[in-house]
Amino acid sequence: MMKSKADEEDYWNSSKYNAFTFDDADDELSALKETKKAVNSIGPLLAEDGEEDWERVSWSGEPVGSISWSVKEMAASNQRADREPAFPKISTETPSLSKSQSGISLSSLFKGETVIRSLLGDSSLRLYTPELRKPKSEYKDLVSDWSAEETVQRLQQGKGVTLEKFRSLQDKLLLLDLAVAAHDGNAITAVLIYLKRTLCKEVLFRELESRQTALRHFIHYLTESREQRLLLELLRALGRTEEAALLQYKDYKNIADENKRRDFLKSCLSLQFGGEDGNHVQDHYTLLERQIIIEAADRKAEREGKLEVFQKFPRKASILNMPLITTLYYCCFYHYNEPEQPAQCPISEKQYFTTALAARAKLKNWTDVDAMFNSRNWLGFSKKKSPLSFQRVVDILQKNSAPTRVLQEYVGLVSDAELRIGLAQKHKCHDIVINTYRDMKDRQQLAEYRKKVERGSAEERKIDELLSNQQIRWKN
Amino acid sequence: MAHSARRDSPELPDLSLLKRLVRDQLIYLLEQLPGKKDLFIDSDLMSPLDRIANVSTLKQHEVDKLYKVEHKPIVSISDQICFLIRPRIQTVKWICDVVNADKAAGKFRRYKIIFTPQKFYACEAVLEEQGVFGDVTTDEWAFYLLPLDEDIISLELPEFFRDNFLAGDQRWVRTAGSALHLLHSLFGPFSKVYGIGRCSKMTYESWREQVEQGEQKARHAEIGNVFLIDRDVDFVTPLCSQVVYEGLVDDIFRIKCGCVEFGPEVTSSDKSIKVMLNSQDKVFNEIRNEHFSNVFGFLSQKARNLQTAYDKRRGMDIQQMKTFVSEELKGLKQEHRLLSLHISASESIMKKKTKQDFQELLKTEHCLLEGFEIRECISFIEEHINRQVSMIESLRLLCLLSVTENGLLPKDFKSLKAQYLQSYGADHLLTFSNLRQLGLLVEQQPGETLTVMESKVGKLVNDRTAVKLTDAFSSLAKKSHFRALSKKLNLVPKSDEEYDLRVPRDMAYIFSGAYIPLSCKIIEQVLERDSWTGLEEVTRLINGHEFAVTGADPKSKSDAQRIILVMFLGGCTFSEISALRFLGKERGYKFIVVTTAITNSSRLLEALLDNNV
Repeated sequence: MMKSKADEEDYWNSSKYNAFTFDDADDELSALKETKKAVNSIGPLLAEDGEEDWERVSWSGEPVGSISWSVKEMAASNQRADREPAFPKISTETPSLSKSQSGISLSSLFKGETVIRSLLGDSSLRLYTPELRKPKSEYKDLVSDWSAEETVQRLQQGKGVTLEKFRSLQDKLLLLDLAVAAHDGNAITAVLIYLKRTLCKEVLFRELESRQTALRHFIHYLTESREQRLLLELLRALGRTEEAALLQYKDYKNIADENKRRDFLKSCLSLQFGGEDGNHVQDHYTLLERQIIIEAADRKAEREGKLEVFQKFPRKASILNMPLITTLYYCCFYHYNEPEQPAQCPISEKQYFTTALAARAKLKNWTDVDAMFNSRNWLGFSKKKSPLSFQRVVDILQKNSAPTRVLQEYVGLVSDAELRIGLAQKHKCHDIVINTYRDMKDRQQLAEYRKKVERGSAEERKIDELLSNQQIRWKN
Repeated sequence: MAHSARRDSPELPDLSLLKRLVRDQLIYLLEQLPGKKDLFIDSDLMSPLDRIANVSTLKQHEVDKLYKVEHKPIVSISDQICFLIRPRIQTVKWICDVVNADKAAGKFRRYKIIFTPQKFYACEAVLEEQGVFGDVTTDEWAFYLLPLDEDIISLELPEFFRDNFLAGDQRWVRTAGSALHLLHSLFGPFSKVYGIGRCSKMTYESWREQVEQGEQKARHAEIGNVFLIDRDVDFVTPLCSQVVYEGLVDDIFRIKCGCVEFGPEVTSSDKSIKVMLNSQDKVFNEIRNEHFSNVFGFLSQKARNLQTAYDKRRGMDIQQMKTFVSEELKGLKQEHRLLSLHISASESIMKKKTKQDFQELLKTEHCLLEGFEIRECISFIEEHINRQVSMIESLRLLCLLSVTENGLLPKDFKSLKAQYLQSYGADHLLTFSNLRQLGLLVEQQPGETLTVMESKVGKLVNDRTAVKLTDAFSSLAKKSHFRALSKKLNLVPKSDEEYDLRVPRDMAYIFSGAYIPLSCKIIEQVLERDSWTGLEEVTRLINGHEFAVTGADPKSKSDAQRIILVMFLGGCTFSEISALRFLGKERGYKFIVVTTAITNSSRLLEALLDNNV
């Protein structure tokens, strides 16, 4: 059973662009009939009549009808003219056929065709189509005498409407406010599309400014229909320059050519970004500028075959449009020992160290890795120092498959003894484990560890020596 | 599970009815275009469609060839084309291009668009603008609800989250209301509805209006109570790593429409297999809600039992053997296959999780939840970013830091944002802008430090700053008061107590005993009190638009009163579902989860990246 399911899945996912023709015959119809029968049998359960009484709460949570509620409602409705009775009683007279209940084609309703009566016989559909009788209001369909309230209600129900009769600004805004009050995004956007067509930008923008919900819908609509220019105008008119700047900046993604992209980013530098964003865009521009130079030089070097590193480790992709850290990694990989270029992007020592370490480790250049940690004190002794915890260093080296010999050195530098033992055990650095137990004077653990090392190995001998050493004052 | 569950859990209603209804409706719609036709399907509708119909169903109704909507010129030669799509402007524009190209080439065909779950005026406006209105007929397929399991229903609308919470577009409110209305008509009448969140309230309103406009027939209720909750009431929970089996499988392999694809690393062959994950899978059903640390033990016990069952064959006579083969063997074989699959999956999870230092990651998360060693957490996140470990994971940790700490200190914010952009690319400027707009990743405003202090000691928090914040962004951003909420609701159990994950004592087990999911805790509290009374401070901190309404008194104390429909607007995680299942067992409820989509941290954050518009 599961297999056939899986096959089904495969089918879907492979049906990409090529057409598939069905030619195997299958008897689904009988199954369908059965389903229908089963569904039909549920019908009688729904037959009884009854009524429900819902206590109603308002938007703010107060019971409808309470004083505080009605006060707030009044205050909130100063924009809307005549609000429909807030929460009308359940009435069978109310026009129904709301789309969710309707199993029939809505397009037929929409175009004013007659309802397909044959459907009424199908109780599987009636199940959630408790009311399929054509309400009286349907007949008004072609007459454009709907009030604003009725119009919004019809919009909510997905029915056809004519908005053209709402010509005065007051009427248009009433329509908008009613749609907003109904919390139906589809209706709000429908009204906005009409307003956009019939109001000049200045007026529309001005009115939207005081209507945040409608405004958000409008912005989303413009974003989705990709009306970038109008959206920018809107944001600027509203003084939302930071958003406008980001929106404009985002356009760089549509420019494939790197030189054009760089020039575009340069042109973005004059935009009014918020906070630090201006600096980030500046960094983005500088980075791309540098990448273009590096890419051109390296492509040439690679082609000419002069540099060994490019032949040993062919570049997998161009460095263009990569993040800064990736670019740094790339440079540490291919250009590590070249004279340093002045860094233009402020990165921390830790960032540099982490990246360079990973790059040199990837190349298995352990000499370079080692050199990174070297610092000499005034006596000339070298001491290993790292801006990164040695635990993390071990982690990075291990991920780049460093040999135990290399790992061991850094595991030994982990200052926390427990952590050190854990890492040493994981990476099989026996000496470190043994020495640490010795230093901790933990005889039991050492004896325990003896079981884990290979029989007859140097490690085992070392443990035996320690265990028989009378001079150590074991703690257990 | 080994806890003391109440034994008298009520029976769940049969949700498969929903599937039959939408299938019949689809067939009806296909019949509206008689004759052979090619069908173009939106790619994200394919899996949901698969759950309710199959290729032969479509074929039965004269669908000739199937194509995926790809926004490219089409190759179909059929003279009738049907498009089954989500109501999206760009898809409709593409259809207009197709129609106009045909017109230009002098090709005549019939076109039909079936929008699901409903059509939007904005889409029809495109048809009109592009001059194809009338050339194309449109219809709606009210495919609102897809039952993924006996207790999970999905609207399969992942875009609900971004549209509603980021863009502030209420287009799906009516959809959610209609979905609820459908459930009400089939399994109601509901006797009580609780809710919290702006969208929940709007959904309630939309549903109530539809009930009023319809004709409610009294029937025997199968679902008594409903709880509506907005995703933005609790962002902390979906940002946490999931450690319960089903959630973990979702985090790692991505469960799609109740089905997971295990790759070669699990199947140990070169092929991938797709497996349905639901209560039909007996093995999965027993481990899905378990903390991962118990799963291996459980699976090996199961394997031993299986072995014993197989071993029964020994010493059987012919007759017994015959019975064994005909009655038991098939079941055993099936179980065997499932068992080995889940064992391999667990192995693969183990491998992946040790590789990326999962323990350290979990430790950081737990510290953030507890508000402990925040500096260490920040430097962990910083190193995570510097090393360019998963872009989404870094973002997740940043957001978790922000929502638990009520925003980042300006200097931390500045530095982490800069390092993030350096590691993952400057285009994430737009991601940061989105996250700020949603309130997921914000900078503490000057003068807020006091508020943070206050919330830490659990004192009254003034909402003035919240208002200021919202105004400043003119967005729907919500201020997080996680610390205060956590304290008030005891979300983080004391860390010095041992937590036995095999015998969970509360919902915290889904996060290794470190945290009780806020969303589920709220639900628990309200159900326990049967109202919001006593939770005033909590709702104020959430700024939640809470409500509780009672319908007609249930005539009897029927079982339906213990069936609770929880509707998550904006998505819920498998961990939350596990937590609710646990709560149900403890209290003798059964929960049915309705969600706009199954989510997890990756999906949540991916929806906020800017490359998908």
